[in-house]
Amino acid sequence: MTEPTQTWNTQRSADSQLKRNWAKLRRNKAALFGSMLILAYFITALMAPIIFPGNPSAPNLMKALERPSAAHPLGKDELGRSILGRVIYGSRVSLLIAIGVVAVGLLVGVPLGLISGYYGGKVDFGIQRVTDTLLAFPGFLLALALVSVLGVGLKNTIISVGISMVPIYIRLVRGCALSVREQTYVEAAKAVGTRNRTILFRHILPNVMIPITIQTSLGMGTAILFAAGLGFLGIGVQPPTPEWGAMLGSGRAYLFHAPHVATFPGIAIFLAVLGFNLAGDGLRDVLDPRFRL
Amino acid sequence: MKQETLLSIKNLHTRFHIYEGVVTAVDGINLDVYRGETLGVVGESGCGKSVTALSILRLLASPPAEIQGEILFDGENLLDMNLGEIRQIRGNSISMIFQEPMTSLNPVLTIGEQISEAIKLHRGLTQQEAWAKAVEMLQMVQIPSPEMRAQEYPHQLSGGMRQRAMIAMALSCRPRLLLADEPTTALDVTIQAQIVDLMGRLKKEFETSIMLITHNLGLIAEMAKRVVVMYAGKVVEEALVEDLFAEPLHPYTQGLLGSIPWMGRKMKAGRKQLQEIPGMVPSLLEMPEGCRFHPRCPRMMDICRKEEPPLVQKDGRRVLCWLWK
Repeated sequence: MTEPTQTWNTQRSADSQLKRNWAKLRRNKAALFGSMLILAYFITALMAPIIFPGNPSAPNLMKALERPSAAHPLGKDELGRSILGRVIYGSRVSLLIAIGVVAVGLLVGVPLGLISGYYGGKVDFGIQRVTDTLLAFPGFLLALALVSVLGVGLKNTIISVGISMVPIYIRLVRGCALSVREQTYVEAAKAVGTRNRTILFRHILPNVMIPITIQTSLGMGTAILFAAGLGFLGIGVQPPTPEWGAMLGSGRAYLFHAPHVATFPGIAIFLAVLGFNLAGDGLRDVLDPRFRL
Repeated sequence: MKQETLLSIKNLHTRFHIYEGVVTAVDGINLDVYRGETLGVVGESGCGKSVTALSILRLLASPPAEIQGEILFDGENLLDMNLGEIRQIRGNSISMIFQEPMTSLNPVLTIGEQISEAIKLHRGLTQQEAWAKAVEMLQMVQIPSPEMRAQEYPHQLSGGMRQRAMIAMALSCRPRLLLADEPTTALDVTIQAQIVDLMGRLKKEFETSIMLITHNLGLIAEMAKRVVVMYAGKVVEEALVEDLFAEPLHPYTQGLLGSIPWMGRKMKAGRKQLQEIPGMVPSLLEMPEGCRFHPRCPRMMDICRKEEPPLVQKDGRRVLCWLWK
């Protein structure tokens, strides 16, 4: 007789947990705003050809540096290309970079962090000294140095910025793994003969997912900023690919008589980074109020 | 009456190398567990009970732990095995129940996933078969609507149910030896009684030997046949449960029994109804000379201060004390 009641209770508790989290997120206005920015950003990136049917890289020198007008809401750049189109298509590039960078950071950083924290000893020492060395450089400087070794371009931008983020993930995951490995359930898993690899990825990893999720959201914002910085310096993604940082860089020359060229890509970078940071902070508050980076 | 020995611990030393020095948590203990019996291991916190259990399954990280001696399981020395071999033993031939049912289940995996993991590992079954077996085990430990419970997470279960789930996990591969480390300590009394009852029933059904580690003498009286009393890393007394309760030989055991309230116990003239053992377990870093119990012993003699007591055999019992020499 208890079965239906139990099912209902369980269902309700899972639902109410979601509802509670949603309510918390909704009360957090900043996080909600951030999430909406991200949503808008994703929609823009995915639907760029529909929003802007033309070719964003087609030059029209007759209209170079034209001011914003009804026909071209954000104006034209130094080669007469629509800034609106380039900002819209630029969102695709920066989204690709953000995802790629975070993927590099996660794929390299998370396993190394887990191994370092779980096994400890010499392995931990080795990984941590390398991490220390990488963390000794400011992140952007490290990415800059890596690009100068690897060369410019989209792929190398992703790899360089990605590697500069790896130590952050290693530290974060190691710290969490250190506390999780002392839990009785890890010992219990060992006591039934579970392999270390299984313990690592099946028992420990899911328990550190919350901080990883939060760091991923924050990391995407940083990735966009770093990639734009490299683009601005001219060693990131190369023209004619529309990239926000590179647009900002080339617009700098016309800052006084055509400020719109640099302003709009700058606003785009600002909004995207703001969105990821607000959402990341909000996620942290909702998922784990005790956790602070 | 000669019984078959399943587990035989010979001169086991477990030491920890820490910053302050070397801590000897288990100091040369000898004990046997026979097939199908329940052996009780009692003692205060910090006397080496749990470390003994963890040494058997080699669950102590080394360094800092260093284990010496022999642990023969079915004639094979567990301490000589490599990691792959010991993993085959863990959960399969010897399994363990921990004290805290709240923390010994992983909060992010369902009950069914955790139980079927061990089954898949040792029985080579497919996911579906292992899951079915896990549900069957939950049924066996009397968890109502096991199919549904298997899909739930630990936080959705009560403490007693979690300990049942732990027992289901520990027994899922029909181990020959179950190390139960304070299996009922964190549970309230009615649930304790149910768990004790359940373990007794399953022991018969699976013919599993149990090494019951506890500081609860009532639990020992109820479940165990033989009992080993440990103090500061040594076995100080070993006897059949009836003999131990009728006539404790070691002053420490006498103190332990004296400190339990008994219903209807007559007060002897001039004696407090409840006695305590004065002092505390000595720090493992500063063991007293001679007998380790002498600073707290009410029947301390001169020799106790100077020389380690001998192991005295008396009517098939063993006691580590000068009194009986």
